[in-house]
Amino acid sequence: MRFEHPATFNPIDQLKVIGHPTSRIEGPLKTTGTAPYAYERHNVVANQAYGYVVGSAIGKGRIGAIDLDAAKAAPGVLAIVTADNAGKLGKGERNAAPLLGGPEIAHYHQAVAVVVAGTFEQARAAAQLVRIDYVKGDGKFDLAAERDSVSVPDPKIGGPADTAVGDFASAFAAAPVQLDATYTTPDQGHAMMEPHASIAAWDGDKLTVWTSNQMIAWGAEDMAKTLGIPRENVRLVSPYIGGGFGGKLFLRADVLLAALGARAAGRPVKVALQRPLMFNNTTHRPATIQRIRIGAERDGKITAIGHESWSGNVSEGEPDMAVSQTRLLYAGANRMTATRLAALDLPEGNAMRAPGEASGMMALEIAIDELADKLGIDPVALRIANDTQVDPEHPQRHFSQRQLVQCLNEGAARFGWSKRNAKPGQVRDGRWLVGMGVAAAFRNNLVTKSAARVRLDQQGRVTVETDMTDIGTGSYTIIAQTAAEMMGVPLEKVTVRLGDSDFPVSCGSGGQWGGNNSTAGVYAACTKLRETIAQKLGFNSAEALFADGVVRSGNRSVPLGQAAGAGDLAAEDAIEYGDLAKTYQQSTFGAHFVEVGVDADTAEIRVRRMLAVCAAGRILNPKAARSQVIGAMTMGVGAALMEDLVVDKRHGLFVNHDLAGYEVPVHADIPHQDMIFLDETDPISSPMKAKGVAELGICGVAAAVANAVHNATGVRVREYPITLDKLLEALDID
Amino acid sequence: MRSFSYERATSPGDAAAAAVGIANAKFIAGGTNLLDLMKLEIETPAHLIDVNDLALDRIDETADGGLRIGALVRNTDLAADRRVRRGYGVLSRALLAGASGQLRNKATTAGNLLQRTRCPYFYDTNLPCNKRTPGSGCAAIGGFSRQHAVVGASDACIATHPSDMAVAMRALDAVVETVRPDGTTRNIPIAELHRLPDDSPEIETALQPGELITSVTLPKPIGGTQAYRKVRDRASYAFALVSVAAIVQPDGSGRVALGGVAHKPWRIEAAEAELPDGAKAVTARLFADAKPTRDNAYKLPLAERTLTAVLREARA
Repeated sequence: MRFEHPATFNPIDQLKVIGHPTSRIEGPLKTTGTAPYAYERHNVVANQAYGYVVGSAIGKGRIGAIDLDAAKAAPGVLAIVTADNAGKLGKGERNAAPLLGGPEIAHYHQAVAVVVAGTFEQARAAAQLVRIDYVKGDGKFDLAAERDSVSVPDPKIGGPADTAVGDFASAFAAAPVQLDATYTTPDQGHAMMEPHASIAAWDGDKLTVWTSNQMIAWGAEDMAKTLGIPRENVRLVSPYIGGGFGGKLFLRADVLLAALGARAAGRPVKVALQRPLMFNNTTHRPATIQRIRIGAERDGKITAIGHESWSGNVSEGEPDMAVSQTRLLYAGANRMTATRLAALDLPEGNAMRAPGEASGMMALEIAIDELADKLGIDPVALRIANDTQVDPEHPQRHFSQRQLVQCLNEGAARFGWSKRNAKPGQVRDGRWLVGMGVAAAFRNNLVTKSAARVRLDQQGRVTVETDMTDIGTGSYTIIAQTAAEMMGVPLEKVTVRLGDSDFPVSCGSGGQWGGNNSTAGVYAACTKLRETIAQKLGFNSAEALFADGVVRSGNRSVPLGQAAGAGDLAAEDAIEYGDLAKTYQQSTFGAHFVEVGVDADTAEIRVRRMLAVCAAGRILNPKAARSQVIGAMTMGVGAALMEDLVVDKRHGLFVNHDLAGYEVPVHADIPHQDMIFLDETDPISSPMKAKGVAELGICGVAAAVANAVHNATGVRVREYPITLDKLLEALDID
Repeated sequence: MRSFSYERATSPGDAAAAAVGIANAKFIAGGTNLLDLMKLEIETPAHLIDVNDLALDRIDETADGGLRIGALVRNTDLAADRRVRRGYGVLSRALLAGASGQLRNKATTAGNLLQRTRCPYFYDTNLPCNKRTPGSGCAAIGGFSRQHAVVGASDACIATHPSDMAVAMRALDAVVETVRPDGTTRNIPIAELHRLPDDSPEIETALQPGELITSVTLPKPIGGTQAYRKVRDRASYAFALVSVAAIVQPDGSGRVALGGVAHKPWRIEAAEAELPDGAKAVTARLFADAKPTRDNAYKLPLAERTLTAVLREARA
């Protein structure tokens, strides 16, 4: 199905099932521990052996020699795979550093061997006996030190390295009020609960991998490319995923090493990346240095806005696109952005929840708060004054929907923003200095092709198959809701099967594109099935009504299952998009309000309450969507106050590579959290009139926290995370 | 994890004797720290002596009005004990500030005292660490040292002791009772249990090979206002950046022990004479010999400010 024109009334608009706060249909499996995650799939194939990954002990250099004798002789060892004996390996389209290193080492904990043994304990013990002599090289591990020796990248996504409108330099120089500030964000890890894990089994030259992956088709394609085998010989299965956040978008070492280990051992092999490896072996959100300059009139009108960002990556890696939202968020006639990339030898940087947007908004939305201070204008009012309904770089492009102002106003009213004291450091509650902060939330809606197959059986049961994944987001449920709405059956009559490369290729889960696109794909397949059914029953498909398990036309009605006859009736289709994403800027908006307390003695920072107001198209399932947003808000608190992969610039690694050292918020850090959705449908986005939701929730949160800390204390911290040591000196002791 | 043999001991004396009968043996109780370290091959015992069957899980009153806490009393039970809450509030508060509910259910009194540092370099076997591999060097010096010791450290090691409970016990003048492989017992004042790193950070306590902690005794309650204030980056389930255990008497005298600043709970009795003059005078004395790194210099003002807050609240 081609989607070329804004959607008109369609069966989804009935909202009998769609739009209801349905509990997750796979929820009971998860809460009872019966949803099979990749590493626990003991029954899918017999005779599974265990692989244990050896990560590089150096950050840069090469392997001089490997001695495997002791490891090979250890009890239970079946095989050891290294770059020496793995055979020729290609590299996936979406991988920068090779997944199996050696002799060259690209980064710390890059996999250099997998030891396969009969039990996990045997594999782990033997892995410790692998003796590797490294020749250390001179690595570059310090982004700040490389700031002046960067290149101009050619980003694959997120726009060109340089953009310019009008004359930024002159307008900035002429502006009566100027802000010029530099912010830093640290490297961050996904820190999902479930590690990357895979079970691989060969049947002749055909490979099946049960894994944990957000993007099945990407994974299968890159696996085939890495192994140099035909794409059709690779099957990836990933029905349940214990958290991804971008860390499982791509083929990673667990998949490859399980496959190589299985080939070498001659039996199926399972591999999970051990927790200490996850932070340095897989991808992470790269650190940034961001300079923002804004010039404004005294009434708050922005006349010049410039955003430059520096990040680093391994060879062939991409920059963090921190400047991307600055191109679109606020009006201003004179604009520039610049993205620069340093060559670093740290582990590979790549997507993490709202890549670019999240880190960029961390800086931009402090900058707006700083500008508001300089102007003496309320930060909510300043944002409203600079709203734009068109793409500021291309004024002929309108936003399909843009309710930023409504989000700000609604949030301000609900949060009690009027009670905020604009002068910092004035509000006290016992030992706590109390402050409020606001930030805009802004994430784009991405449209991409997505396919599904829908089958109807004699009992009127509808089965949906698509390689879409559910990474804890609610995909199973919203897809079931979509099929139920389209086919006129109750939710219980729908079975959803996901995450198998044998199924039609979907959009997958990432970039908050999963919900809207995957359901639109199911809409397309259901539309086709409805036509097939109508035809089979001799109905005019335009007039046939699908409701309550029957198909009706005029005064004739037939139970749905009857159309299936003896066998299943199936239809497959994809949603494919025309130019609407080019003609319109499709985005989601919100406003974050945060109140923090800062301990007047210790400078400990604790969030007291948070509110997000979001406008993100039709909300297919308010319960699942809310859950996504409050999770993202929590991650935003982590980014603001604690998340920091600390670089050891001598050894070239992230030092705090476990969940004790890399802190993320715990329940006690999030005492009171709320979010609401504004009513919105966006017919320009898709037939679902929905848009992405999840990543909107993280964009801006950290800045709202930072702004609240400033309001509480008068201290402006521009280096994330905002930890107490950065406030202590500036806080007067009582 | 390397293969190891395992036995369940039936008496403290037998356990201690067994520990020297087999090379590289270790006791295991809750296992909340040891098992993690074994999986990473930071600890590689050849033999584990499980002491969980020893009847050391009672809290009894002593003849002089104190408490004897069995080595196997779980942190949760110790924190909840009515006698502890009534007479030793600082201990109960310290325990509840540590770890998580699940870990406290499992972790024992002796195991808590003997837990090892959380220095990230200690945890990465690819990197130098004198505590893990004597003579290899200390990667934390010149590295990421925000959490590390500011006082009592050495050129060989700047790690901290992570326990909250031990800090409170130090303020309470607890005494550790042990049994040695030859069956003799001895009492070790908690001040002498943990060592400073000096040039042998791998030796962390005064315990001799095979020596088993059987109990910890607390002297008769000394009253006063008892506080434990733990400062950390997140609200729960994090190690202390700085913690303060304080017992403040109505006459202004008192005791102060700090956590998160040294290789052991940090208390200098002489510094407590300065209490009437306020926190600054006390911490000046406690940190007279401090040598912070660039990353952890904030701990000095933080400790002073935290103590200020604790004293203010105690005297309110």
